[in-house]
Amino acid sequence: MGSFIATRLVRLVATLLVVSFLTFLLVNLLPGDAINALIPIEAQQDQEYVAQVRAEWGLDDPMLVRYGKWLGDAVRGDLGDSIVTSRAVSSEIAHRIPVTGELMIVTVIFSVLLAVPLGVMSAYREGSRLDQIISGGAQFALSVPGFVAGLLFIYVFAMKLGWFPATGWTRISNSISGNLMTVTLPALSLSVIEVAVYTRVVRSDLVTTLKEDYILSARSKGLKDGFILFRHALRPSSLTLITVVGLNIGLLLGGTVVVEFLFALPGLGKRLLDAIFQRDFMMVQGITVFVAMVYVVVNTLVDFVYLVVDPRIRKAD
Amino acid sequence: MVDQAANSPLLKVDDLRTTFTIPAGDVKAVRGVSFSLDRGKTLGIVGESGSGKTVLARSVMRLNLGTNVTTTGTAVFEGTDVLTRSPAEMRQLWGTEMAMVFQDPMTSLNPLVRVQRQVTEHLCRHLNLNRSEARQAAVDLLREVRIPDPETRLRSFPHELSGGMRQRVCIAVALACAPSLLFADEPTTALDVTVQHQILNLLSREQADREMAMVLVTHDLGVVAGRTDDTMVMYAGTVVEHAPTASLFADMRHPYSEALMRSIPRTSFPSHTRLAAITGRPPDLIDPPTGCDFSPRCPYVQDQCVNEEPPLVETDDPTHRLACWTPVGSPEARVAFEKNLAAGLRQAVAVDLSTTRSPAGGVDG
Amino acid sequence: MDTALDPAAPTEAARRPWIRRFISKMPWTTRFCASWLIVVVGAAVFADLIPGLADPNYQGFLFGDGATNEGPSLTHFLGTDNNSRDILARIVYGARVSLAVALTAVFMGVVFGGFFGSLVGFVRGKTDSAVMAVVDVILAFPGLVLLLTVVTLLGRRDLVVIATVIGFLSIPPYTRVARANALSISRREFVTAARAIGTRKRTILFREVIPNVLPTLLAYAMVNAAVIILLEGALAFLGLSVEPPTSSWGTMVNASRVDLQINVWPAIWPSLALVFTVYSLNNVGDWLRRLRSVRSAAL
Ligand SMILES: Nc1ncnc2c1ncn2[C@@H]1O[C@H](COP(=O)(O)OP(=O)(O)OP(=O)(O)O)[C@@H](O)[C@H]1O
Ligand SMILES: [Mg+2]
Repeated sequence: MGSFIATRLVRLVATLLVVSFLTFLLVNLLPGDAINALIPIEAQQDQEYVAQVRAEWGLDDPMLVRYGKWLGDAVRGDLGDSIVTSRAVSSEIAHRIPVTGELMIVTVIFSVLLAVPLGVMSAYREGSRLDQIISGGAQFALSVPGFVAGLLFIYVFAMKLGWFPATGWTRISNSISGNLMTVTLPALSLSVIEVAVYTRVVRSDLVTTLKEDYILSARSKGLKDGFILFRHALRPSSLTLITVVGLNIGLLLGGTVVVEFLFALPGLGKRLLDAIFQRDFMMVQGITVFVAMVYVVVNTLVDFVYLVVDPRIRKAD
Repeated sequence: MVDQAANSPLLKVDDLRTTFTIPAGDVKAVRGVSFSLDRGKTLGIVGESGSGKTVLARSVMRLNLGTNVTTTGTAVFEGTDVLTRSPAEMRQLWGTEMAMVFQDPMTSLNPLVRVQRQVTEHLCRHLNLNRSEARQAAVDLLREVRIPDPETRLRSFPHELSGGMRQRVCIAVALACAPSLLFADEPTTALDVTVQHQILNLLSREQADREMAMVLVTHDLGVVAGRTDDTMVMYAGTVVEHAPTASLFADMRHPYSEALMRSIPRTSFPSHTRLAAITGRPPDLIDPPTGCDFSPRCPYVQDQCVNEEPPLVETDDPTHRLACWTPVGSPEARVAFEKNLAAGLRQAVAVDLSTTRSPAGGVDG
Repeated sequence: MDTALDPAAPTEAARRPWIRRFISKMPWTTRFCASWLIVVVGAAVFADLIPGLADPNYQGFLFGDGATNEGPSLTHFLGTDNNSRDILARIVYGARVSLAVALTAVFMGVVFGGFFGSLVGFVRGKTDSAVMAVVDVILAFPGLVLLLTVVTLLGRRDLVVIATVIGFLSIPPYTRVARANALSISRREFVTAARAIGTRKRTILFREVIPNVLPTLLAYAMVNAAVIILLEGALAFLGLSVEPPTSSWGTMVNASRVDLQINVWPAIWPSLALVFTVYSLNNVGDWLRRLRSVRSAAL
């Protein structure tokens, strides 16, 4: 068990290093020299000024040296300053985490709560009319991107019915009900695909589990179907679901960018987009590394959850 | 003990047929099986892989899953036909009246649930025990099936136990609510040879102590020898021979039973053999052959066998039922065998070779 | 009546062209989806030849020829958008972007990912560890975020650039799928047999491994194409796919937001086109996968 955690942590650190280096490389190697973002083209006639700025930002150092410096700062939580606003990238990120974080957590919780019963019903009645409806629905929902669902929700629930605001965000510290109002539609939009993915996972996993001998053996003991489903069958499937939720964080993170853009939410994704349009490479680099880090860390956590839930791994050291 | 209920058999199965509908056609896995089993008695069901033993046992217990199964006939258990019962009524029977021990203890216990809960969960449901009572019952049960240190074992997960231990746990699970009928479906096939004996003995002892009826399913004639009261030999979903175990071994009549017998290795007694010794393959259950199902593989085959299906009838001994036109040892069989051998029929030649090397005879032990 | 019971049926069915037999196995939803895909591909390829299809960039109201946000009419079957451009034409030409991007991604994925994956799954060892480490790192980036970063830093955003970038990013997942398959195929008897009789490794890779990996990869490609189209849609919706005025379904949805209160149709039509195309790819892909798993289970 100890060695399991150790290898996972080593792998986590290695992945983070490579991910950060690649991001750095990406941002610094691609066409469009950073200097263009720092000084308007017209002002670049002044060679002396350009040289001064280059030195100031360390643009003349070799790539590895710059990466080393940047990494050294990053480890201490300093991701540099935004070129546009001059504010620390890390504090901008910290300021926006609550929005994106809440959006993602609400989406995942809501999707799991909806998908588990759907998947269970569908697997339990495999091949039935109900199963066909649920599976078909999931296949369809899988094809509805967040921006289409979001636009539809805005049109119906905000514009026509007026139940929710179409855009904007109320921080939870300001008003809990206001916060709920603003998180509902974005979270629903993100949930459409998530629910579909989770339902399919739960269903296909459960269909296999329900064919296991231990399910038959539980039946032969005279236990009720519901009891068997939730106490015996769902446990192994919940492991698969956790993994998929972890792997799907990547998709979800992409989804938040779109949804935050559509609903004008002050989250990380929106900030990334703004930075992209402003060619604020420090910001882009910081947010990309941060997002990749979240993704890698979440998936390491998923491995640890396995450790807690699955006795076979826990004991097999 | 002379009242009505005690006289009538515990289980009486009549013309039971089970069919699975699959895209390729109807798999007729069980095709008209009849037998009866008295209280406290044991029945061995023997047949090679795919002969429908598991499907028969599961049909009687109504444990065949899926929407593509149809079962017809009757299976009267304690006076009522289980095939007509509702699922809720079946749940009342399962565990308390009929229980099953499965083939593979590696897969029949939930890997993510502790032994304690798996042993006690149905106790709690059927007998309304509270936690500590159930725990005590579980400890007693594990002790009864000879699991050392039951208190610690209860806290284990299945993967922490050896195969033999797991099968003991499965037996404890099956015995927990004191069923009157126990199906043991090849309970030792997945186990080491050394452990097989212990598990079989444990089952026999529990069966005797509890005066419980037991159906012991196996593909190995050696397992039922000396262990069951009656033995039923199954081939391709039908019963070909059914007799008290002692008289079956003394006077084996069906060529298939004889072939099974020949395939028991002499040296290590209960075995793993997949019966490769019988020439040919089992028949297609979607489209079974006409006449006797065994005729394509039978060394004593003659014209009548191919054309006419032999009925399962009593022989001169009324407890011995047989479905064969050319019973082993009969003059017709001898004539047919000579003829087939002369014609170079594969199965006849194979039998001839094996008998000249080691003559078929009784089982040692 | 029941052909399954007719002994002559199988030979008769075998004489029918394979494509017909293939289609006859499809459930009706899948047939519908396959037809839709054919329509979309056909429209995209032959867009210039479709008689009566308007110019997707012609803004009629500038020339006193029609208005913005028109409803459906005989000249504009699906009406016009807020720039008075023909919506149907823009959807048809928009299909080109989606399909070009999806095809490039599938092509690059199958060719490069399929090759690398088959190779490392077959030879295993250090090459395998190295390649898969790279793949794992690339997959450690959330797709859209990585795409956004790359696309914006590139500066230029025409169809070629977008398609190439998305194509490159789709190599890793194909590599992973191909490798998993190659691993299990390399353990099968026919490969062991080929090894035993001394067949050269390269021959085994191209004759035995890759042909067996391909069908799985193609079934995956269907589903992956759906993901790619969604990805391009999202990128376009954010205004970061091919630059205007080239139409793309995501761009159209984005542009429709301005006048959503007044006219919801310019949002609905491209959304429907996108959703149905993606659904069709998923549906046909799932069906192919099921067909394949049935077949391999029967082996
Ligand atoms: N769910 C099912 N669907 C279709 N066919 C089935 C199903 N279950 C069993 N069969 C078929 O029924 C036949 C009898 O199977 P069964 O499992 O009863 O054999 P068995 O005698 O128990 O063999 P074994 O010694 O291998 O356990 C087999 O040919 C099998 O293919
Ligand atoms: Mg069996």
